[in-house]
Amino acid sequence: MHEFRVTVGPASFRLLSQWARPLDQMRALYADYPTPEIVDYTVRLEATSLLRRFIRPSAAINGDYMLPDAAPLPADQGLLGLEMGMNLQMALGWRRQMILHASAVERDGKALIMTGESGSGKSTLSALLGINGWRFMGDEFALIDPASGEAVPYPRLISLKNEAIAAMQESAQEAKFGPLMKGTPKGDIRHMVPPREAIAKMTERAKPVLLLFPRFGHEGAIRDMPPSETFMRLTQASTNYVALGEAGFEAMTKFVQDVPARAVDYRSGEEAMELVEKLWEELS
Amino acid sequence: MPLFRAEAADALITRPLDAMTLIYQRRSGITHMVAEPIPEILSAMGSEAVTAKLLVARLAKNFDLGPQKQAEAIVADRLQELADLGLVEQVGSPDA
Amino acid sequence: MKDGRLLVTALRDPASTAALDADGWIALLTMARAEQLIGTLAFRLEGQPMPDGIAAIFEDARTNADYQRKTALWEADAARRALASYQGKVVQMKGTAYVAEDLQAGIGRSIGDLDIMVEEDDLREVEKLLLAAGWEWVKEDEYDDAYYRDHMHELPPLIHKTRDRMIDVHHTILPKTAKPTPDAKAMLGNGIIGSDGLAVFTPADMVCHSAAHLFADGDLAGGLRNLWDIYCLLMEFSRGSDSFHAELQSRAQHHQLEPAVSRAIRLTGHLYGDSKAPPNITDRFYIRRLTARNGCGQQTRKFTRFAFYVRSHLLRMPPMMLAKHLWTKWRKG
Repeated sequence: MHEFRVTVGPASFRLLSQWARPLDQMRALYADYPTPEIVDYTVRLEATSLLRRFIRPSAAINGDYMLPDAAPLPADQGLLGLEMGMNLQMALGWRRQMILHASAVERDGKALIMTGESGSGKSTLSALLGINGWRFMGDEFALIDPASGEAVPYPRLISLKNEAIAAMQESAQEAKFGPLMKGTPKGDIRHMVPPREAIAKMTERAKPVLLLFPRFGHEGAIRDMPPSETFMRLTQASTNYVALGEAGFEAMTKFVQDVPARAVDYRSGEEAMELVEKLWEELS
Repeated sequence: MPLFRAEAADALITRPLDAMTLIYQRRSGITHMVAEPIPEILSAMGSEAVTAKLLVARLAKNFDLGPQKQAEAIVADRLQELADLGLVEQVGSPDA
Repeated sequence: MKDGRLLVTALRDPASTAALDADGWIALLTMARAEQLIGTLAFRLEGQPMPDGIAAIFEDARTNADYQRKTALWEADAARRALASYQGKVVQMKGTAYVAEDLQAGIGRSIGDLDIMVEEDDLREVEKLLLAAGWEWVKEDEYDDAYYRDHMHELPPLIHKTRDRMIDVHHTILPKTAKPTPDAKAMLGNGIIGSDGLAVFTPADMVCHSAAHLFADGDLAGGLRNLWDIYCLLMEFSRGSDSFHAELQSRAQHHQLEPAVSRAIRLTGHLYGDSKAPPNITDRFYIRRLTARNGCGQQTRKFTRFAFYVRSHLLRMPPMMLAKHLWTKWRKG
């Protein structure tokens, strides 16, 4: 098996693959990230059968934590498979911080957290802010430290889907992009390497001061969200809230009591960024 | 009328948020989000086994509960729901 | 050591891990996760010197084991409340029983579904009470349902609609089609009722059940964990009573489980204990199967595994019935 190890924020991975190509792609994209000696998780990309290693190769995603019914991917989407495998290890295994399915950016030492269903635009929005004066902290998971309440960066590769791909290539011309993968289960996907600063500062935590629930495709609007609704939504957006027990309850309660939350509707990236800047200014 | 006993007070963490209150149950690790009169019922239960009737008598000192029979029916329903969640337990019925 | 013996050695002799380098630790952790023994290992190695990165992983594993323990006990308690009006005995089985009894086998153990056992004649009543308390059938399928009822040793699994947890209600300990026929009625009848009203098997029956489960009711997948359970039970029970081994022999014979229990005792000695005698040929085959795991987390020795798979199906079902079973499955696609 071919092997590649990488550290993203507080977590380290060992990626194993029967094919060299997906790991070569990973190596190029993660070139600026540290290489760990000890890893938290192993992800394996394996042929579904001996024959399938060569003929219409099909890759099963396995690892320390697996879903019983995870469908295999065509081997030329192996990069996507490895990224999904890494996400799954975090979602099912990580207990050191509370995981929110959210993106995060930082400015002046303070963090803005954005959460919502896929399609809400939280990922693209964090990437946009990350090249417009904010430090990108992560587009998929916001890790909240139960003891301090701080957000811990997890700046993995930014996963761009469909229309967002062209838009980001236009806005971030110096950025490094992965191969364009067409016709994945989620449509077209292309990974973008986070800005250099995001990788260099991936151990620098920040205090969350604003939580947004962005929603793409609706006329620009801002609505206050009461703590109980926020609590409800965040527990549904956390993969390890329940498993953390009392520590999770305390962390989540403190978060919804301390961090103001707003639902934000928007129709374009520019509109979203304007609304974010406006809210940020009001709160500080 | 069935008798119910609440979980010991230190077995629950109660955090009022806004109109809703969070209750974390240490034994199960489950978080409940409840509205009034659930926190009031739990705190009025104390540590001994009580009936809905006794609870209404206690709650009436601090709250306007309306007609007694109606209040008893409401409190009895809430107690049954709390029992289904495992936050209180039915410990017998004196008239059975 | 490139196979599961790395994990076995760490469990048997925690101090031996002092010799591991970074890659050795990673191989150990990966195997332990694949064998569902990471929580057990985390508690077993607590206090041993190890790199910080490894200690953090074990800390996660202990947090997770606490959560699983709490959830298992709460599910058992939910079943107890649901069955409050049921007069018969309700025995908690496997992992839930170990944590309920605070046994060493329960420390750090991963626990999935809740397994309970009740009198066969009372299945309908128990089923009705559970359905009334929020459990529902996992899948509505007449064929599977009839198959379970006719030949297996449990009701089709039920899942709780708000807590999303499964319960398996057994009335015997092996499928009706299996060759040894343990005296389930006696196991249930002798079950010891605890202060909360739920019961567990007697120590000897607990070992018999665990051994039956390991050898007769599966393809030995996850066998290292089951064998660790048995090792812990044997150690703890024989420390607690001089007559335990005699009692175990007699119960094993009564349940037609003498071969399974003897093999389990021998294998725990070879793998986790200090047995110096070389294993016999069949035991060697079992050891090869049990330790068929590499440092990447993959199962190895496919041929041995296949032999055990066929064997395990034959043990559960006479051949004609197996053919019929598979035919129905194939037709349904």
